[in-house]
Amino acid sequence: MSEFEQLYREVILDHYKAPRNHGLLEPHDAIAEGQNPLCGDEVTVSVRFGEGDVIEDVGFEGRGCAISQAATSMLTDLVKGRTASEVATMPKDELLDEIGIPLTPVRLKCALLGLGVLKVALHRTKGTPLPEEWGTSSGEITLS
Amino acid sequence: MAGMASTVTSVLDAHRLRQDFPVFEELVDGKPVAFLDSAASTQKPRQVLDRMRAFYEHEYANVHRGVYRLAERATEGYEGARRTVASFLNAPSEKEIVFTRSATEAINLVAYAWGLDNLGPGDLVVITELEHHSNFVPWQYIAHRTGAGFRHIPIDDQGELQLDALDGIAREGNVKVVANNLVSNTLGTINPVEKLAEWAHAQGAIMVVDAAQAAPHRVVDVQALGADFVAVSSHKLCGPSGIGALWGRRELLEAMSPFNLGGEMIRSVGLERTTFNELPYKFEAGTPAIAEAVGFGSAVEYVSEVGLDAIERHEHALVEQTMSALDELPWIRVFGPPPERRAGIVSFDVEGIHPHDVAQILDWEGIAVRAGHHCTQPLMARLGVAATTRASFYLYSIPEEVERLVAGLHKVKASLG
Repeated sequence: MSEFEQLYREVILDHYKAPRNHGLLEPHDAIAEGQNPLCGDEVTVSVRFGEGDVIEDVGFEGRGCAISQAATSMLTDLVKGRTASEVATMPKDELLDEIGIPLTPVRLKCALLGLGVLKVALHRTKGTPLPEEWGTSSGEITLS
Repeated sequence: MAGMASTVTSVLDAHRLRQDFPVFEELVDGKPVAFLDSAASTQKPRQVLDRMRAFYEHEYANVHRGVYRLAERATEGYEGARRTVASFLNAPSEKEIVFTRSATEAINLVAYAWGLDNLGPGDLVVITELEHHSNFVPWQYIAHRTGAGFRHIPIDDQGELQLDALDGIAREGNVKVVANNLVSNTLGTINPVEKLAEWAHAQGAIMVVDAAQAAPHRVVDVQALGADFVAVSSHKLCGPSGIGALWGRRELLEAMSPFNLGGEMIRSVGLERTTFNELPYKFEAGTPAIAEAVGFGSAVEYVSEVGLDAIERHEHALVEQTMSALDELPWIRVFGPPPERRAGIVSFDVEGIHPHDVAQILDWEGIAVRAGHHCTQPLMARLGVAATTRASFYLYSIPEEVERLVAGLHKVKASLG
Protein backbone atom coordinates (compact mmCIF):
# COMPACT_ATOMS: atom_id res chain seq x y z
CA MET A 1 0.00 0.00 0.00
CA SER A 2 1.36 3.45 -0.90
CA GLU A 3 1.71 6.29 1.57
CA PHE A 4 -0.86 8.24 -0.45
CA GLU A 5 -3.39 5.47 -0.11
CA GLN A 6 -2.77 5.30 3.63
CA LEU A 7 -3.41 9.04 3.82
CA TYR A 8 -6.61 8.75 1.82
CA ARG A 9 -7.82 5.99 4.11
CA GLU A 10 -7.32 8.25 7.09
CA VAL A 11 -9.19 11.09 5.40
CA ILE A 12 -12.12 8.77 4.66
CA LEU A 13 -12.26 7.56 8.25
CA ASP A 14 -12.12 11.16 9.44
CA HIS A 15 -15.07 12.17 7.24
CA TYR A 16 -16.97 9.10 8.46
CA LYS A 17 -16.39 9.82 12.12
CA ALA A 18 -16.82 13.61 11.86
CA PRO A 19 -19.02 14.22 8.82
CA ARG A 20 -19.03 17.75 7.37
CA ASN A 21 -22.34 19.52 6.80
CA HIS A 22 -24.19 16.92 8.79
CA GLY A 23 -27.85 17.54 9.53
CA LEU A 24 -30.70 18.51 7.24
CA LEU A 25 -31.22 22.21 6.45
CA GLU A 26 -34.42 23.83 7.69
CA PRO A 27 -35.75 25.48 5.66
CA HIS A 28 -34.42 24.01 2.44
CA ASP A 29 -35.18 24.52 -1.25
CA ALA A 30 -34.53 20.97 -2.40
CA ILE A 31 -34.37 17.57 -0.80
CA ALA A 32 -34.06 13.93 -1.89
CA GLU A 33 -33.49 10.63 -0.24
CA GLY A 34 -32.07 7.39 -1.57
CA GLN A 35 -31.23 3.90 -0.41
CA ASN A 36 -29.02 1.15 -1.60
CA PRO A 37 -31.18 -1.71 -0.31
CA LEU A 38 -28.62 -4.42 -1.02
CA CYS A 39 -26.24 -3.13 1.62
CA GLY A 40 -28.58 -0.92 3.59
CA ASP A 41 -26.99 2.48 2.90
CA GLU A 42 -29.30 5.49 3.23
CA VAL A 43 -28.65 9.12 2.41
CA THR A 44 -30.86 12.23 2.51
CA VAL A 45 -29.47 15.47 1.03
CA SER A 46 -31.01 18.93 1.48
CA VAL A 47 -29.99 22.05 -0.44
CA ARG A 48 -30.51 25.78 -0.03
CA PHE A 49 -29.91 28.04 -3.03
CA GLY A 50 -28.47 31.53 -2.94
CA GLU A 51 -28.36 33.86 -5.93
CA GLY A 52 -29.91 32.08 -8.98
CA ASP A 53 -29.13 28.42 -8.78
CA VAL A 54 -25.93 28.69 -6.76
CA ILE A 55 -25.82 26.13 -3.97
CA GLU A 56 -25.41 28.24 -0.88
CA ASP A 57 -25.64 25.49 1.67
CA VAL A 58 -26.08 21.75 1.74
CA GLY A 59 -26.71 19.34 4.58
CA PHE A 60 -27.10 15.58 4.74
CA GLU A 61 -28.11 12.76 7.00
CA GLY A 62 -27.77 9.07 6.54
CA ARG A 63 -26.55 5.76 7.78
CA GLY A 64 -24.66 2.90 6.30
CA CYS A 65 -21.09 2.00 5.46
CA ALA A 66 -18.17 4.37 5.93
CA ILE A 67 -17.65 4.83 2.18
CA SER A 68 -21.25 5.94 1.57
CA GLN A 69 -21.27 8.40 4.46
CA ALA A 70 -17.72 9.73 4.02
CA ALA A 71 -18.23 10.20 0.29
CA THR A 72 -21.40 12.20 0.91
CA SER A 73 -19.58 14.31 3.48
CA MET A 74 -16.77 15.03 0.99
CA LEU A 75 -19.36 15.80 -1.67
CA THR A 76 -21.03 18.48 0.44
CA ASP A 77 -17.70 20.31 0.73
CA LEU A 78 -17.13 20.03 -3.02
CA VAL A 79 -20.44 21.42 -4.22
CA LYS A 80 -20.97 24.46 -2.04
CA GLY A 81 -20.79 27.62 -4.12
CA ARG A 82 -21.32 25.81 -7.42
CA THR A 83 -24.44 26.13 -9.54
CA ALA A 84 -27.03 23.36 -9.81
CA SER A 85 -26.19 22.80 -13.48
CA GLU A 86 -22.47 22.57 -12.72
CA VAL A 87 -23.15 19.91 -10.12
CA ALA A 88 -25.65 18.08 -12.32
CA THR A 89 -22.95 17.60 -14.95
CA MET A 90 -20.14 17.06 -12.48
CA PRO A 91 -18.31 13.90 -13.52
CA LYS A 92 -18.32 11.16 -10.92
CA ASP A 93 -14.54 10.95 -11.21
CA GLU A 94 -14.21 14.30 -9.48
CA LEU A 95 -15.71 12.76 -6.35
CA LEU A 96 -13.87 9.48 -6.83
CA ASP A 97 -10.55 11.37 -7.08
CA GLU A 98 -11.39 12.99 -3.77
CA ILE A 99 -12.03 9.58 -2.22
CA GLY A 100 -8.73 8.49 -3.65
CA ILE A 101 -8.66 4.78 -2.89
CA PRO A 102 -9.48 2.15 -5.49
CA LEU A 103 -13.04 0.89 -5.13
CA THR A 104 -14.54 -2.34 -6.36
CA PRO A 105 -17.80 -2.07 -8.38
CA VAL A 106 -19.78 -3.01 -5.26
CA ARG A 107 -18.23 -0.17 -3.27
CA LEU A 108 -18.66 2.29 -6.16
CA LYS A 109 -22.43 2.12 -5.62
CA CYS A 110 -21.86 3.09 -1.99
CA ALA A 111 -19.51 5.92 -2.93
CA LEU A 112 -21.85 7.42 -5.53
CA LEU A 113 -25.10 7.19 -3.59
CA GLY A 114 -24.85 10.73 -2.17
CA LEU A 115 -23.94 12.29 -5.51
CA GLY A 116 -26.89 10.60 -7.20
CA VAL A 117 -29.29 11.69 -4.48
CA LEU A 118 -28.03 15.29 -4.69
CA LYS A 119 -28.51 15.31 -8.46
CA VAL A 120 -32.07 14.05 -8.00
CA ALA A 121 -32.76 16.88 -5.54
CA LEU A 122 -31.42 19.42 -8.04
CA HIS A 123 -33.43 17.84 -10.85
CA ARG A 124 -36.63 18.18 -8.86
CA THR A 125 -36.25 21.89 -8.20
CA LYS A 126 -34.11 23.14 -11.08
CA GLY A 127 -34.89 20.60 -13.81
CA THR A 128 -31.23 19.72 -14.25
CA PRO A 129 -30.32 16.32 -15.76
CA LEU A 130 -30.80 13.17 -13.67
CA PRO A 131 -27.73 11.27 -12.50
CA GLU A 132 -26.21 9.11 -15.20
CA GLU A 133 -23.68 7.38 -12.97
CA TRP A 134 -26.31 4.91 -11.86
CA GLY A 135 -26.79 3.95 -15.50
CA THR A 136 -28.52 0.64 -15.97
CA SER A 137 -28.08 -0.30 -12.34
CA SER A 138 -30.43 2.47 -11.20
CA GLY A 139 -32.93 -0.27 -10.38
CA GLU A 140 -30.83 -1.12 -7.34
CA ILE A 141 -31.21 2.36 -5.89
CA THR A 142 -34.59 3.35 -4.52
CA LEU A 143 -35.50 7.00 -4.30
CA SER A 144 -38.10 8.69 -2.24
CA MET B 1 -5.07 -40.18 -9.27
CA ALA B 2 -2.45 -37.50 -9.65
CA GLY B 3 0.34 -36.96 -7.15
CA MET B 4 -1.13 -37.11 -3.66
CA ALA B 5 -0.02 -39.36 -0.89
CA SER B 6 -3.06 -41.16 0.41
CA THR B 7 -4.30 -39.77 3.70
CA VAL B 8 -5.90 -42.50 5.72
CA THR B 9 -5.52 -40.76 9.05
CA SER B 10 -8.53 -38.83 10.23
CA VAL B 11 -6.58 -35.60 10.73
CA LEU B 12 -5.54 -33.59 7.73
CA ASP B 13 -2.40 -31.52 7.45
CA ALA B 14 -3.66 -28.22 6.11
CA HIS B 15 -0.17 -26.70 5.96
CA ARG B 16 0.93 -29.50 3.66
CA LEU B 17 -2.25 -29.41 1.57
CA ARG B 18 -1.76 -25.67 0.98
CA GLN B 19 1.28 -26.51 -1.10
CA ASP B 20 -1.10 -28.04 -3.64
CA PHE B 21 -2.72 -24.62 -4.17
CA PRO B 22 -0.72 -22.19 -6.33
CA VAL B 23 -2.90 -19.27 -5.28
CA PHE B 24 -1.41 -19.31 -1.80
CA GLU B 25 1.91 -18.20 -3.30
CA GLU B 26 0.22 -14.93 -4.28
CA LEU B 27 1.00 -11.90 -2.14
CA VAL B 28 -1.24 -8.87 -1.66
CA ASP B 29 0.55 -5.86 -0.21
CA GLY B 30 3.48 -8.22 0.36
CA LYS B 31 1.40 -10.51 2.56
CA PRO B 32 -0.12 -13.90 1.82
CA VAL B 33 -3.90 -13.70 1.64
CA ALA B 34 -5.85 -15.22 4.49
CA PHE B 35 -8.58 -16.62 2.26
CA LEU B 36 -11.67 -17.01 4.44
CA ASP B 37 -14.30 -17.04 1.70
CA SER B 38 -14.41 -20.69 0.70
CA ALA B 39 -18.18 -20.92 1.17
CA ALA B 40 -18.48 -18.59 -1.83
CA SER B 41 -15.98 -20.56 -3.87
CA THR B 42 -12.93 -22.66 -3.11
CA GLN B 43 -9.40 -22.36 -4.44
CA LYS B 44 -8.10 -24.95 -6.90
CA PRO B 45 -5.32 -27.48 -6.33
CA ARG B 46 -2.62 -28.17 -8.90
CA GLN B 47 -3.98 -31.70 -9.34
CA VAL B 48 -7.24 -30.35 -10.77
CA LEU B 49 -5.55 -27.66 -12.85
CA ASP B 50 -3.06 -30.18 -14.25
CA ARG B 51 -5.79 -32.66 -15.06
CA MET B 52 -7.78 -30.10 -17.04
CA ARG B 53 -4.72 -28.93 -18.90
CA ALA B 54 -3.71 -32.51 -19.74
CA PHE B 55 -7.25 -33.20 -20.94
CA TYR B 56 -7.14 -30.24 -23.33
CA GLU B 57 -3.64 -31.15 -24.49
CA HIS B 58 -4.10 -34.88 -25.04
CA GLU B 59 -7.73 -35.96 -24.94
CA TYR B 60 -9.93 -33.13 -26.19
CA ALA B 61 -12.68 -33.35 -28.79
CA ASN B 62 -16.44 -33.06 -28.58
CA VAL B 63 -18.04 -35.90 -26.69
CA HIS B 64 -20.30 -38.76 -27.85
CA ARG B 65 -20.91 -39.98 -31.42
CA GLY B 66 -17.31 -39.32 -32.49
CA VAL B 67 -15.89 -42.15 -34.55
CA TYR B 68 -12.25 -41.19 -34.12
CA ARG B 69 -10.09 -42.09 -31.13
CA LEU B 70 -9.64 -38.58 -29.75
CA ALA B 71 -13.42 -38.29 -29.42
CA GLU B 72 -13.44 -41.63 -27.66
CA ARG B 73 -10.88 -40.37 -25.15
CA ALA B 74 -12.87 -37.19 -24.55
CA THR B 75 -16.06 -39.20 -24.03
CA GLU B 76 -14.26 -41.51 -21.64
CA GLY B 77 -12.98 -38.48 -19.68
CA TYR B 78 -16.44 -36.95 -19.50
CA GLU B 79 -18.28 -40.17 -18.65
CA GLY B 80 -15.55 -41.16 -16.21
CA ALA B 81 -16.21 -37.93 -14.35
CA ARG B 82 -19.90 -38.83 -14.24
CA ARG B 83 -19.07 -42.21 -12.66
CA THR B 84 -16.81 -40.48 -10.13
CA VAL B 85 -19.56 -38.05 -9.14
CA ALA B 86 -22.13 -40.88 -8.97
CA SER B 87 -19.97 -42.87 -6.61
CA PHE B 88 -19.15 -39.74 -4.54
CA LEU B 89 -22.88 -39.23 -3.93
CA ASN B 90 -23.59 -42.97 -3.60
CA ALA B 91 -26.05 -42.73 -6.48
CA PRO B 92 -27.51 -46.13 -7.45
CA SER B 93 -26.60 -45.49 -11.09
CA GLU B 94 -24.53 -42.96 -13.05
CA LYS B 95 -27.51 -42.63 -15.38
CA GLU B 96 -29.11 -40.64 -12.56
CA ILE B 97 -26.35 -38.02 -12.64
CA VAL B 98 -27.11 -35.08 -14.93
CA PHE B 99 -24.32 -32.58 -15.50
CA THR B 100 -25.56 -29.01 -15.26
CA ARG B 101 -23.99 -25.57 -15.35
CA SER B 102 -24.27 -25.21 -11.56
CA ALA B 103 -26.26 -26.36 -8.54
CA THR B 104 -28.59 -23.45 -9.34
CA GLU B 105 -29.27 -24.81 -12.81
CA ALA B 106 -29.82 -28.27 -11.34
CA ILE B 107 -32.58 -26.87 -9.11
CA ASN B 108 -34.06 -24.87 -11.97
CA LEU B 109 -34.16 -28.10 -13.99
CA VAL B 110 -36.32 -29.74 -11.31
CA ALA B 111 -38.44 -26.65 -10.74
CA TYR B 112 -39.25 -26.30 -14.45
CA ALA B 113 -39.24 -29.89 -15.70
CA TRP B 114 -40.99 -31.41 -12.68
CA GLY B 115 -42.76 -28.37 -11.24
CA LEU B 116 -44.55 -27.08 -14.35
CA ASP B 117 -46.12 -30.50 -14.99
CA ASN B 118 -46.92 -31.45 -11.41
CA LEU B 119 -47.94 -28.30 -9.54
CA GLY B 120 -51.22 -26.46 -9.56
CA PRO B 121 -53.74 -24.59 -7.40
CA GLY B 122 -54.21 -26.24 -4.00
CA ASP B 123 -50.65 -27.58 -4.01
CA LEU B 124 -47.91 -26.26 -1.78
CA VAL B 125 -44.21 -25.76 -2.28
CA VAL B 126 -42.39 -25.65 1.06
CA ILE B 127 -38.95 -24.07 1.43
CA THR B 128 -37.14 -22.74 4.50
CA GLU B 129 -36.34 -19.33 5.89
CA LEU B 130 -32.60 -19.97 5.57
CA GLU B 131 -32.66 -21.11 1.96
CA HIS B 132 -30.11 -19.76 -0.51
CA HIS B 133 -31.86 -17.84 -3.30
CA SER B 134 -30.90 -20.71 -5.64
CA ASN B 135 -33.36 -23.04 -3.92
CA PHE B 136 -35.86 -20.29 -3.11
CA VAL B 137 -36.42 -18.08 -6.14
CA PRO B 138 -36.98 -20.91 -8.71
CA TRP B 139 -39.66 -22.42 -6.45
CA GLN B 140 -41.28 -19.09 -5.68
CA TYR B 141 -41.44 -18.39 -9.42
CA ILE B 142 -42.77 -21.82 -10.47
CA ALA B 143 -45.31 -21.80 -7.62
CA HIS B 144 -46.52 -18.43 -8.86
CA ARG B 145 -46.72 -19.64 -12.46
CA THR B 146 -48.64 -22.79 -11.61
CA GLY B 147 -50.92 -21.26 -8.99
CA ALA B 148 -49.41 -23.38 -6.21
CA GLY B 149 -48.93 -21.94 -2.72
CA PHE B 150 -45.50 -21.09 -1.36
CA ARG B 151 -44.74 -21.66 2.34
CA HIS B 152 -41.61 -21.48 4.43
CA ILE B 153 -40.42 -23.38 7.47
CA PRO B 154 -39.32 -20.75 10.00
CA ILE B 155 -36.08 -20.87 11.99
CA ASP B 156 -35.54 -20.27 15.69
CA ASP B 157 -33.10 -17.73 17.12
CA GLN B 158 -30.28 -20.25 16.87
CA GLY B 159 -30.85 -20.61 13.13
CA GLU B 160 -32.34 -24.10 13.41
CA LEU B 161 -35.46 -25.14 11.49
CA GLN B 162 -38.65 -25.18 13.56
CA LEU B 163 -40.03 -28.56 12.58
CA ASP B 164 -43.07 -28.11 14.81
CA ALA B 165 -44.39 -25.77 12.12
CA LEU B 166 -44.75 -28.68 9.69
CA ASP B 167 -48.18 -29.88 10.82
CA GLY B 168 -49.65 -26.42 10.40
CA ILE B 169 -48.21 -26.15 6.90
CA ALA B 170 -49.59 -29.57 5.94
CA ARG B 171 -53.10 -28.42 6.88
CA GLU B 172 -52.92 -25.57 4.38
CA GLY B 173 -52.80 -27.64 1.20
CA ASN B 174 -51.27 -30.56 -0.67
CA VAL B 175 -47.58 -30.41 0.01
CA LYS B 176 -45.96 -31.43 -3.30
CA VAL B 177 -42.39 -30.14 -2.96
CA VAL B 178 -40.12 -29.72 0.05
CA ALA B 179 -36.85 -27.94 -0.76
CA ASN B 180 -34.02 -27.38 1.69
CA ASN B 181 -30.27 -26.92 1.77
CA LEU B 182 -28.37 -29.58 3.67
CA VAL B 183 -25.97 -26.91 4.97
CA SER B 184 -26.92 -23.24 5.20
CA ASN B 185 -24.41 -21.13 3.27
CA THR B 186 -24.91 -18.19 5.63
CA LEU B 187 -25.14 -19.75 9.09
CA GLY B 188 -23.50 -23.09 8.44
CA THR B 189 -26.47 -24.86 10.05
CA ILE B 190 -26.61 -28.56 9.24
CA ASN B 191 -30.27 -29.14 8.50
CA PRO B 192 -32.27 -32.28 9.41
CA VAL B 193 -32.87 -33.21 5.78
CA GLU B 194 -33.51 -36.89 6.56
CA LYS B 195 -36.42 -35.93 8.82
CA LEU B 196 -37.76 -33.46 6.26
CA ALA B 197 -37.53 -36.11 3.54
CA GLU B 198 -39.53 -38.52 5.68
CA TRP B 199 -42.17 -35.87 6.27
CA ALA B 200 -42.20 -34.89 2.60
CA HIS B 201 -42.82 -38.47 1.52
CA ALA B 202 -45.57 -38.89 4.12
CA GLN B 203 -47.27 -35.92 2.41
CA GLY B 204 -46.73 -37.42 -1.04
CA ALA B 205 -44.21 -34.68 -1.85
CA ILE B 206 -40.78 -34.79 -3.46
CA MET B 207 -37.72 -33.80 -1.43
CA VAL B 208 -35.27 -31.51 -3.22
CA VAL B 209 -31.93 -31.01 -1.50
CA ASP B 210 -29.47 -28.26 -2.29
CA ALA B 211 -26.20 -29.89 -1.24
CA ALA B 212 -23.93 -27.27 -2.83
CA GLN B 213 -22.65 -26.16 0.56
CA ALA B 214 -22.69 -29.63 2.12
CA ALA B 215 -20.92 -31.83 -0.42
CA PRO B 216 -17.51 -30.15 0.09
CA HIS B 217 -17.66 -30.67 3.83
CA ARG B 218 -19.31 -33.94 4.72
CA VAL B 219 -20.40 -37.18 3.12
CA VAL B 220 -23.52 -36.69 1.02
CA ASP B 221 -25.20 -40.06 0.48
CA VAL B 222 -28.28 -39.46 -1.65
CA GLN B 223 -29.79 -42.81 -0.64
CA ALA B 224 -29.26 -42.30 3.09
CA LEU B 225 -30.74 -38.78 2.86
CA GLY B 226 -33.93 -40.23 1.42
CA ALA B 227 -34.07 -37.37 -1.06
CA ASP B 228 -35.54 -37.39 -4.54
CA PHE B 229 -33.28 -34.76 -6.07
CA VAL B 230 -29.89 -33.51 -4.89
CA ALA B 231 -27.98 -30.60 -6.43
CA VAL B 232 -24.22 -30.15 -6.09
CA SER B 233 -21.65 -27.78 -7.47
CA SER B 234 -18.03 -28.30 -8.52
CA HIS B 235 -16.50 -24.94 -7.68
CA LYS B 236 -17.29 -25.24 -3.99
CA LEU B 237 -15.20 -28.41 -3.69
CA CYS B 238 -11.95 -27.42 -5.41
CA GLY B 239 -13.25 -27.95 -8.95
CA PRO B 240 -13.80 -25.49 -11.79
CA SER B 241 -16.82 -23.20 -11.95
CA GLY B 242 -19.36 -23.66 -14.74
CA ILE B 243 -20.35 -27.19 -13.81
CA GLY B 244 -22.55 -28.87 -11.25
CA ALA B 245 -24.66 -31.97 -11.10
CA LEU B 246 -28.18 -33.07 -10.37
CA TRP B 247 -28.89 -36.47 -8.95
CA GLY B 248 -32.50 -37.58 -9.34
CA ARG B 249 -34.38 -40.80 -8.71
CA ARG B 250 -34.56 -42.63 -11.98
CA GLU B 251 -38.33 -43.08 -12.13
CA LEU B 252 -38.84 -39.35 -11.56
CA LEU B 253 -36.24 -38.36 -14.16
CA GLU B 254 -37.74 -40.85 -16.64
CA ALA B 255 -41.21 -39.39 -16.22
CA MET B 256 -40.09 -35.76 -16.50
CA SER B 257 -40.29 -33.58 -19.59
CA PRO B 258 -36.99 -32.23 -20.90
CA PHE B 259 -35.68 -28.90 -19.61
CA ASN B 260 -33.38 -27.66 -22.38
CA LEU B 261 -33.90 -28.91 -25.91
CA GLY B 262 -31.56 -29.27 -28.86
CA GLY B 263 -28.68 -31.49 -29.87
CA GLU B 264 -27.45 -34.37 -27.76
CA MET B 265 -30.71 -34.81 -25.88
CA ILE B 266 -32.59 -36.42 -28.78
CA ARG B 267 -33.01 -39.98 -30.02
CA SER B 268 -34.46 -39.11 -33.40
CA VAL B 269 -35.70 -35.89 -34.94
CA GLY B 270 -38.29 -35.68 -37.68
CA LEU B 271 -40.26 -32.84 -39.19
CA GLU B 272 -43.35 -33.99 -37.31
CA ARG B 273 -41.95 -35.46 -34.14
CA THR B 274 -38.82 -35.77 -31.99
CA THR B 275 -38.09 -38.50 -29.49
CA PHE B 276 -35.77 -37.90 -26.60
CA ASN B 277 -32.59 -39.61 -25.58
CA GLU B 278 -32.23 -41.91 -22.59
CA LEU B 279 -31.03 -40.74 -19.20
CA PRO B 280 -29.03 -38.74 -18.45
CA TYR B 281 -28.61 -37.29 -21.97
CA LYS B 282 -32.27 -36.29 -22.16
CA PHE B 283 -31.32 -33.45 -19.80
CA GLU B 284 -27.98 -32.51 -21.36
CA ALA B 285 -28.82 -30.50 -24.48
CA GLY B 286 -25.92 -28.96 -26.36
CA THR B 287 -22.19 -29.44 -25.98
CA PRO B 288 -21.56 -29.75 -22.26
CA ALA B 289 -18.74 -28.22 -20.23
CA ILE B 290 -16.44 -31.12 -21.07
CA ALA B 291 -13.10 -30.18 -19.52
CA GLU B 292 -14.94 -28.73 -16.54
CA ALA B 293 -16.64 -32.08 -15.98
CA VAL B 294 -13.23 -33.74 -16.07
CA GLY B 295 -11.98 -31.12 -13.58
CA PHE B 296 -15.04 -31.72 -11.41
CA GLY B 297 -14.25 -35.45 -11.35
CA SER B 298 -10.64 -34.72 -10.49
CA ALA B 299 -11.71 -32.39 -7.66
CA VAL B 300 -14.03 -35.06 -6.26
CA GLU B 301 -11.08 -37.46 -6.27
CA TYR B 302 -8.90 -34.87 -4.55
CA VAL B 303 -11.32 -34.14 -1.68
CA SER B 304 -12.18 -37.83 -1.34
CA GLU B 305 -8.51 -38.65 -0.99
CA VAL B 306 -8.09 -36.00 1.69
CA GLY B 307 -11.17 -37.56 3.24
CA LEU B 308 -14.51 -35.92 3.99
CA ASP B 309 -14.44 -37.06 7.61
CA ALA B 310 -11.05 -35.42 8.05
CA ILE B 311 -12.28 -32.25 6.31
CA GLU B 312 -15.34 -32.10 8.55
CA ARG B 313 -13.22 -32.51 11.69
CA HIS B 314 -10.71 -29.93 10.48
CA GLU B 315 -13.38 -27.34 9.78
CA HIS B 316 -15.04 -28.08 13.05
CA ALA B 317 -11.81 -27.29 14.90
CA LEU B 318 -11.45 -23.98 13.02
CA VAL B 319 -15.07 -23.06 13.75
CA GLU B 320 -14.56 -23.79 17.44
CA GLN B 321 -11.40 -21.70 17.49
CA THR B 322 -13.17 -18.82 15.74
CA MET B 323 -16.33 -18.91 17.81
CA SER B 324 -14.53 -19.12 21.14
CA ALA B 325 -12.28 -16.19 20.15
CA LEU B 326 -15.27 -14.11 19.00
CA ASP B 327 -17.22 -15.04 22.12
CA GLU B 328 -14.72 -13.05 24.14
CA LEU B 329 -15.41 -9.89 22.15
CA PRO B 330 -18.61 -8.36 23.51
CA TRP B 331 -18.89 -6.11 20.43
CA ILE B 332 -19.30 -9.11 18.13
CA ARG B 333 -22.50 -11.09 17.69
CA VAL B 334 -22.22 -14.48 16.04
CA PHE B 335 -25.30 -15.80 14.24
CA GLY B 336 -26.40 -19.41 14.06
CA PRO B 337 -26.04 -22.66 15.96
CA PRO B 338 -23.22 -23.87 18.25
CA PRO B 339 -20.06 -25.26 16.60
CA GLU B 340 -21.11 -28.92 16.72
CA ARG B 341 -24.24 -28.14 14.69
CA ARG B 342 -22.57 -26.29 11.84
CA ALA B 343 -20.17 -26.67 8.92
CA GLY B 344 -17.13 -24.40 8.44
CA ILE B 345 -19.02 -21.11 8.30
CA VAL B 346 -19.22 -18.27 10.85
CA SER B 347 -21.43 -15.24 10.13
CA PHE B 348 -21.24 -12.33 12.53
CA ASP B 349 -22.02 -8.68 13.16
CA VAL B 350 -19.55 -6.14 14.50
CA GLU B 351 -21.57 -3.76 16.64
CA GLY B 352 -22.19 -0.43 14.95
CA ILE B 353 -19.93 -1.14 11.97
CA HIS B 354 -21.28 -1.92 8.52
CA PRO B 355 -20.18 -5.33 7.19
CA HIS B 356 -18.78 -3.65 4.07
CA ASP B 357 -16.47 -1.62 6.25
CA VAL B 358 -15.49 -4.68 8.25
CA ALA B 359 -14.60 -6.52 5.04
CA GLN B 360 -12.83 -3.48 3.59
CA ILE B 361 -10.57 -3.00 6.59
CA LEU B 362 -9.90 -6.74 6.80
CA ASP B 363 -8.94 -6.61 3.12
CA TRP B 364 -6.39 -3.92 3.94
CA GLU B 365 -4.93 -6.52 6.32
CA GLY B 366 -4.90 -9.15 3.59
CA ILE B 367 -7.89 -11.06 4.96
CA ALA B 368 -10.59 -12.08 2.50
CA VAL B 369 -14.07 -12.44 3.99
CA ARG B 370 -17.50 -11.93 2.48
CA ALA B 371 -19.84 -9.13 3.49
CA GLY B 372 -23.39 -8.96 2.26
CA HIS B 373 -26.65 -10.87 2.28
CA HIS B 374 -25.02 -14.09 0.97
CA CYS B 375 -27.98 -14.65 -1.39
CA THR B 376 -30.23 -15.19 1.63
CA GLN B 377 -32.29 -12.00 1.90
CA PRO B 378 -35.24 -13.65 3.68
CA LEU B 379 -32.79 -14.92 6.30
CA MET B 380 -31.25 -11.44 6.67
CA ALA B 381 -34.74 -10.08 7.28
CA ARG B 382 -35.30 -12.77 9.94
CA LEU B 383 -32.00 -11.85 11.63
CA GLY B 384 -32.93 -8.17 11.43
CA VAL B 385 -29.80 -7.10 9.53
CA ALA B 386 -29.13 -5.88 5.99
CA ALA B 387 -25.96 -7.90 5.77
CA THR B 388 -23.45 -9.89 7.80
CA THR B 389 -19.74 -10.54 7.65
CA ARG B 390 -18.93 -14.18 6.97
CA ALA B 391 -15.73 -16.15 7.45
CA SER B 392 -15.67 -19.62 5.94
CA PHE B 393 -13.08 -22.36 5.87
CA TYR B 394 -11.92 -25.28 3.82
CA LEU B 395 -9.36 -28.04 3.93
CA TYR B 396 -6.51 -25.58 3.32
CA SER B 397 -7.54 -23.11 6.04
CA ILE B 398 -5.14 -22.88 8.98
CA PRO B 399 -5.44 -21.70 12.60
CA GLU B 400 -3.02 -18.81 11.86
CA GLU B 401 -5.64 -17.38 9.49
CA VAL B 402 -8.21 -17.39 12.28
CA GLU B 403 -5.70 -15.54 14.47
CA ARG B 404 -5.20 -12.98 11.69
CA LEU B 405 -8.98 -12.59 11.44
CA VAL B 406 -9.32 -11.92 15.15
CA ALA B 407 -6.41 -9.43 15.13
CA GLY B 408 -7.97 -7.80 12.04
CA LEU B 409 -11.29 -7.42 13.83
CA HIS B 410 -9.53 -5.59 16.65
CA LYS B 411 -8.17 -3.17 14.00
CA VAL B 412 -11.67 -2.76 12.60
CA LYS B 413 -12.93 -1.89 16.05
CA ALA B 414 -10.05 0.53 16.65
CA SER B 415 -10.57 2.32 13.29
CA LEU B 416 -14.34 2.58 13.28
CA GLY B 417 -15.72 1.54 16.64
